Amino acid sequence: MIQISVQKKLLAADGEIKLNVNISLKKGKLTTIYGPSGAGKTSLLRIISGLLKADKGRIVVNQKTWLDTDKKISLKPQERKLGFVFQDYALFPNMTVKENLLFALDKGQDKKIITNLIAITELESLKDRKPENLSGGQKQRVALARALVRKPDILMLDEPLSALDPAMRNKLQDYILKVHKEYNLTTVLISHEVGEIVKMSDTVLILEKGEVIKQGNPFDVFTNKQISGKFQFTGEIINIKKEDIIYVVTILIGSSFVKVVAEENELKDINIGDTVIVASKAFNPIFQKVK
Amino acid sequence: MIEWQPLILTFKLALVTTVLLLIIAIPLSYWLAYSKSKVKPIIETLVSMPLVLPPTVLGFYLLIAFSPSNTIGSWLNDYLDLQLIFSFHGLVFASIIYSLPFMVQPLQSGFSNISSSIIEASYVLGKTKTKTLFKVLLPNMKSSILTGIVLAFAHTIGEFGVVLMIGGNIPGETKVASIAIYDEVEALNYTMANTYSIILFAITFFILLLVYLINGGYIKPFKK
Repeated sequence: MIQISVQKKLLAADGEIKLNVNISLKKGKLTTIYGPSGAGKTSLLRIISGLLKADKGRIVVNQKTWLDTDKKISLKPQERKLGFVFQDYALFPNMTVKENLLFALDKGQDKKIITNLIAITELESLKDRKPENLSGGQKQRVALARALVRKPDILMLDEPLSALDPAMRNKLQDYILKVHKEYNLTTVLISHEVGEIVKMSDTVLILEKGEVIKQGNPFDVFTNKQISGKFQFTGEIINIKKEDIIYVVTILIGSSFVKVVAEENELKDINIGDTVIVASKAFNPIFQKVK
Repeated sequence: MIEWQPLILTFKLALVTTVLLLIIAIPLSYWLAYSKSKVKPIIETLVSMPLVLPPTVLGFYLLIAFSPSNTIGSWLNDYLDLQLIFSFHGLVFASIIYSLPFMVQPLQSGFSNISSSIIEASYVLGKTKTKTLFKVLLPNMKSSILTGIVLAFAHTIGEFGVVLMIGGNIPGETKVASIAIYDEVEALNYTMANTYSIILFAITFFILLLVYLINGGYIKPFKK
């Protein structure tokens, strides 16, 4: 269990805001922070990691106090066991991929984890390259692997996928989910993409002007529970096919395909690749765009 | 017959000065690049003073300060057995001050150019400031370090005023090439003066050319 309660005055683009966050993160869960820019998302991650000082606050991670302004405890970033994936990747340009990972090792730590991480993020063929010879998605994978070398108590990712194209994004979401499960991580992610959040997170926090205005299961938070379906699933549109006057939409839910009949006006702004909710009211399944 | 001693002395002085400067300038420029202290502008000004001050001014004050009849000079003499006036040690000391901005400024801008997220990445990976300095910062600012080394070296070769004031003209001890040239001209021995001058001209030309070639990417000594 991770308890975070922090307060800090921040200077945002439209004046001063007060970051005031009081949350707890469950171990092994993936939490996403969502909100407009300038809401304090990055500042919150930086305070948790110790790169930014909080005015007041308390952070307890697995019974260890990282920050307690009342007791004047504030561990340095070096003493907090965390992984941080920066927006600009922040790979060390003078080191190869493998050296970047080796650098992260703690003194006396077993090097075996490096081999594991290189395998799980599929970096084997790139391990002797310097960062300048990698694509954005490859750099991001290295940054992710590097952040995991020390087996962090929290893995934090600051908009890790915002600079990538949709195909690469999808692949990296899978990498993040894979390591999240494989290493039983507690992960905090900043994201602007509703589809991504629905796909990846257990919990979403909506941060606005420094305050958490909504939190919970991403599906409930984003759909406002407008549909009171008997059953509902989230899936991805794989195919839209016209048959006579109706359309047959193929949706991938989990690993199974579902075919749903739709009329032309229902498909107005729905495209292949969109994430949708498939729900059934009485007998006819309906779907609604969430991404 | 050309006397090599002044030239050898010049390069010995430049080498010793550059090595010591590098050791001093790395922590100093690190501090200047990252500190938010209020005294920073004052320190920056002091470091840059030798750029604009006539070398004779610097030499004059060092001469006064280190004179054995003065407190500092006599203390150094009595306790450390160190005489800084008219000695090689004194020249090294004066050269360090005189060439300080030429080493500090490239290093400082090298530190400032490194993205802060790289430094933070190293900290959150549990690495100390010292380890980050040697493994992350310095290896990523090689061209700044090279520029600093070469400028400080070349500038020390070109020293005249300071050396004249505090070193004098003792063969083998303080008579560097620039002083020797002045000496030969005074003695109307233009051939000798020309020989020294041409050697200094050629060497400094090639040193600087090398820097511009490396930093411009024409030759690559650093493995990428």
